[in-house]
Amino acid sequence: MTHHLYRFFPELEDQTITVPAGSVAEVLRAVDTMTPGFTDYILDEHGALRQHVNLCINDHIVIDKKRLSDFVPNDGTVYIFQALSGG
Amino acid sequence: MANIILLGTRKGTVLFDRTNSTWQPRPISHQGVPVCYAACDPRDGTLWASLDHGHWGPKLSRSQDGGATWEDMPPIKYPEGARYIVKYLPTPDFDPTSPEGQPEYRDATVFKIWNIAFGSTDQPGRLYAGTIPGGLFISNDGGMNWELNRPLWNHESRGGDLFNGDATSENRWQGSPASVDYGVFEPGIHSIIVDPRDPAHIHVAASTAGVIETGDGGQTWAGRNKGMLMDYLPNPEAEWGHDPHFVTGCPDQPDHLWQQNHCGVFFSDDGARTWRKVSLPDAGVHFGFPIAVDEHDGRTAWVVPARGDSERMAIGGGLSVSRTTDGGRSWQSFRNGLPQQNAYDIVLRHALDVAGDCLCFGSTTGNVYLSEDRGETWRCLGNNLPPVYSVRFG
Repeated sequence: MTHHLYRFFPELEDQTITVPAGSVAEVLRAVDTMTPGFTDYILDEHGALRQHVNLCINDHIVIDKKRLSDFVPNDGTVYIFQALSGG
Repeated sequence: MANIILLGTRKGTVLFDRTNSTWQPRPISHQGVPVCYAACDPRDGTLWASLDHGHWGPKLSRSQDGGATWEDMPPIKYPEGARYIVKYLPTPDFDPTSPEGQPEYRDATVFKIWNIAFGSTDQPGRLYAGTIPGGLFISNDGGMNWELNRPLWNHESRGGDLFNGDATSENRWQGSPASVDYGVFEPGIHSIIVDPRDPAHIHVAASTAGVIETGDGGQTWAGRNKGMLMDYLPNPEAEWGHDPHFVTGCPDQPDHLWQQNHCGVFFSDDGARTWRKVSLPDAGVHFGFPIAVDEHDGRTAWVVPARGDSERMAIGGGLSVSRTTDGGRSWQSFRNGLPQQNAYDIVLRHALDVAGDCLCFGSTTGNVYLSEDRGETWRCLGNNLPPVYSVRFG
């Protein structure tokens, strides 16, 4: 994930976080369980991706930014970036 | 006497400490994060900052050790089902004679926590937050939990209770340009005034709607815009659609309220039941964003005049502060110590404050000026600060 998030969650720095396969929403929820408050930085109060954040599964940008239903396979990697759209 | 000045800036929170007769800045806090408002809770000295993260959503941060360390607080969230009416779609079948029949709804998301206010000493832990898109949130536990004030959110001027169905009235609230940074054009609550005599008596102001008052702790709300005049809608005296830039009240005379509006300076000495336009455009007092009122004398107020609204910069390339001591019947302009050539500063709505004889303001050009004689002479506290969004004494 973007290193800027380590500012708020230093415990995640240099960690590879492994969680069960599932939708992107489920993956993020699993990270939030480990690190309470994490999804508040990524998602708005409706669970939609914040406007200036990008998520990728392997090389593909997540399509469903509202419900985060894109599936992350067993060996998939979710990347979290600051979008270049600004903010 | 105030001993600290809090600046909310484009690049973080800057604290100035008074040491004898000098004010010294500390290294910036929240480095690199836009801070749209920062203030000190007079009840317990807690410092608050509203972080306007571009990427990670708005957050409140607080310091309980005078600014040495800060902690992010649980986020303010709209409850599920909170919706609001955005501008009506300009579809080909749009019927302008019954716009309430064709609203477009949007689920509410906090874009910006624009203002923080503090409850009375009788209500420890009571905090208020005004947001874009036009929500008033209340905490009773020092900011750990926040609740949307639903009577204001569901007010008939906004279409009624949208939690339980479609609009039952027409939305009279319009957007504020301050929301455009978020890719939207929504209203925002930027002023919250708790009556020191009665904490259940609160005025809030929203751009672009007007002043709204509750006398029962937020159970019911009513517009208080009688006497207001606007110059951008056909009916200048319309009940709604006014654009207060900032509204403030005199702590010792709470019925004396002042408003720097998009369309002039307005004064009320009857608790906002009626407003009177007290602009003197020939004296430069008309457009601007901030306004401050004396703690004891409700007829004394200060503004930082600007050329508006198409230019929004200092008048004639020189900064000035104007003061009235007679409820706006006359204004005196002060320039001593302020730049009078090639100054293009604009001072935003939360970026002027008063504490006793001290006044301080900061501009989007990163200049901060202090007066210790009620605005008559000024000295510079810094020229190279980030754009200043808010200035508050603590």
